[in-house]
Amino acid sequence: MASIRLSVPQTARKGEVIELKALIQHPMESGYRRGSRGEQIPRNIITRFECLYDGEIVFSADFHPAIAADPFLTFYTRAVRSGTLAFRWTDQHGEMWSDTAALTVT
Amino acid sequence: MPDHRAQPETIFSRRALIRLGAGSMLIAATPLPAFATPDDVKAAQQELFGSRVIREGRVTLKLPAIAENGYSVPFSVEVDSTMTADDHVRQIAIFSPRNPIANVALFQLGPRAGRAAVATRIRLGGTQAVQAVAEMNDGSLWSGSAQTVVTLAACVVL
Amino acid sequence: MKRRSPALAIAALLAACTPSPTTDADLPAADIQSGYAFLTAETQAMQNDSFANPGFLWVDLGSDLFESAADGAPSCVSCHSEGLAGVAATYPAIDEASGDLLNVEGRINRCRIRHQNLPALAYEGGELLALTAFIANQSAGTPISVSTTGASASHYRNGRDYFYTRRGQFNLSCHQCHDQNWGKRLRGDTISQGHGNGFPAYRLEWQTLGSLQRRIRDCDSGVRAEPKAFGDPAYIDLELYLSSRASGLEMESPAIRR
Repeated sequence: MASIRLSVPQTARKGEVIELKALIQHPMESGYRRGSRGEQIPRNIITRFECLYDGEIVFSADFHPAIAADPFLTFYTRAVRSGTLAFRWTDQHGEMWSDTAALTVT
Repeated sequence: MPDHRAQPETIFSRRALIRLGAGSMLIAATPLPAFATPDDVKAAQQELFGSRVIREGRVTLKLPAIAENGYSVPFSVEVDSTMTADDHVRQIAIFSPRNPIANVALFQLGPRAGRAAVATRIRLGGTQAVQAVAEMNDGSLWSGSAQTVVTLAACVVL
Repeated sequence: MKRRSPALAIAALLAACTPSPTTDADLPAADIQSGYAFLTAETQAMQNDSFANPGFLWVDLGSDLFESAADGAPSCVSCHSEGLAGVAATYPAIDEASGDLLNVEGRINRCRIRHQNLPALAYEGGELLALTAFIANQSAGTPISVSTTGASASHYRNGRDYFYTRRGQFNLSCHQCHDQNWGKRLRGDTISQGHGNGFPAYRLEWQTLGSLQRRIRDCDSGVRAEPKAFGDPAYIDLELYLSSRASGLEMESPAIRR
């Protein structure tokens, strides 16, 4: 049940460079913290992020433990045509979360 | 998809054990995160880019002068590029010379990005200069860095 | 040999232990500043942007929980169809039916038990944090205004006494740092006035959202005092005092704090 928050403009002019923001709830446990009994808390992080524009990857990222908890990204893409922007996160175990937003390009 | 994530870190911890010799028994019993050094950043860069020359310029990093808390430091990187099919950024790699792991993140862009700028929040294990290396479509490599001071909280809850 | 009467000795001892707040040491209304004012520009920007502020991830979850019905139980929205704008700014408040002082978490759990036939939620669990964040966010921008008279009066006094009592190995009271030394530096931090108007808040130290109770427990740990259990009546009374002390300050939940 990872909460996701996206900032995508509803409309854009053709060729305009738009700003996208993607935030997902995830502890990004680095693997370096210790619990109350001194035991090492195992690493549990999102390792991959992809933004797809009508199925084509237009931006992606590989995360290491240094990415802060509840990972946040601001990035850009060119509004080429009306379509669907998909945002996909995958963790080290292969578990995936995603959300989409519609974009109208005039 | 090529997995370029795992290797630098395992090589690093083995090296740390060899260096410490007799102390390695203690390390094995109570493993502490040994911190990276600028050499580890070079190793991580070699892993990604081979022995190509990295030139300073075209890459601007922004970090606050003083980080409110090392657990979450707002960070942005921008590369001077028109982002067209003929001239664009392929990827931007972020490195830390002081965290336990030298690799922080790797961003893949391309001409569809429109603007070679990314912002995120990173963890920093101490005062340091974070470095970014951008690979252009013609294979050239450009770098930039920014310094931030990471302080200790007032009432440290241990 | 003359011996002091035991009554006098006890009275002297009590006088030394019982805190007596003086009005000139209290925080004057004109000086009241939110914890927001003590953040760096970058952190303030993070709080202001609802897409960068991770606290809103919990507000979104809380909104979903508020509207959903669990196993035949009525949903929150079925009674609170108008939402709960401005309500959190009046808490902690006395529950008429039982006479108990409740904070927002306590009120949520009281509603669940009394009206929804659902079990109480645990502090710092995802669900209670989400609901608290959602309800507190509905009061964002509303000035804090709590009642400290009538049934609340004794709770207010208890909370105020807690605030002025030295505790822990460091032997510090809340008053000493947050009334007398706010604005001064302690290690790398600037001491704030210790208001709770941003809570539940996303604390960078916690790397997650947490309640005001969790923050108060961290304060007690910070002066090396043993923290009380979540929901301890002493803490609810303290929350009332804190709200009263912050009267007029606008709520900011979910805030970002260090």
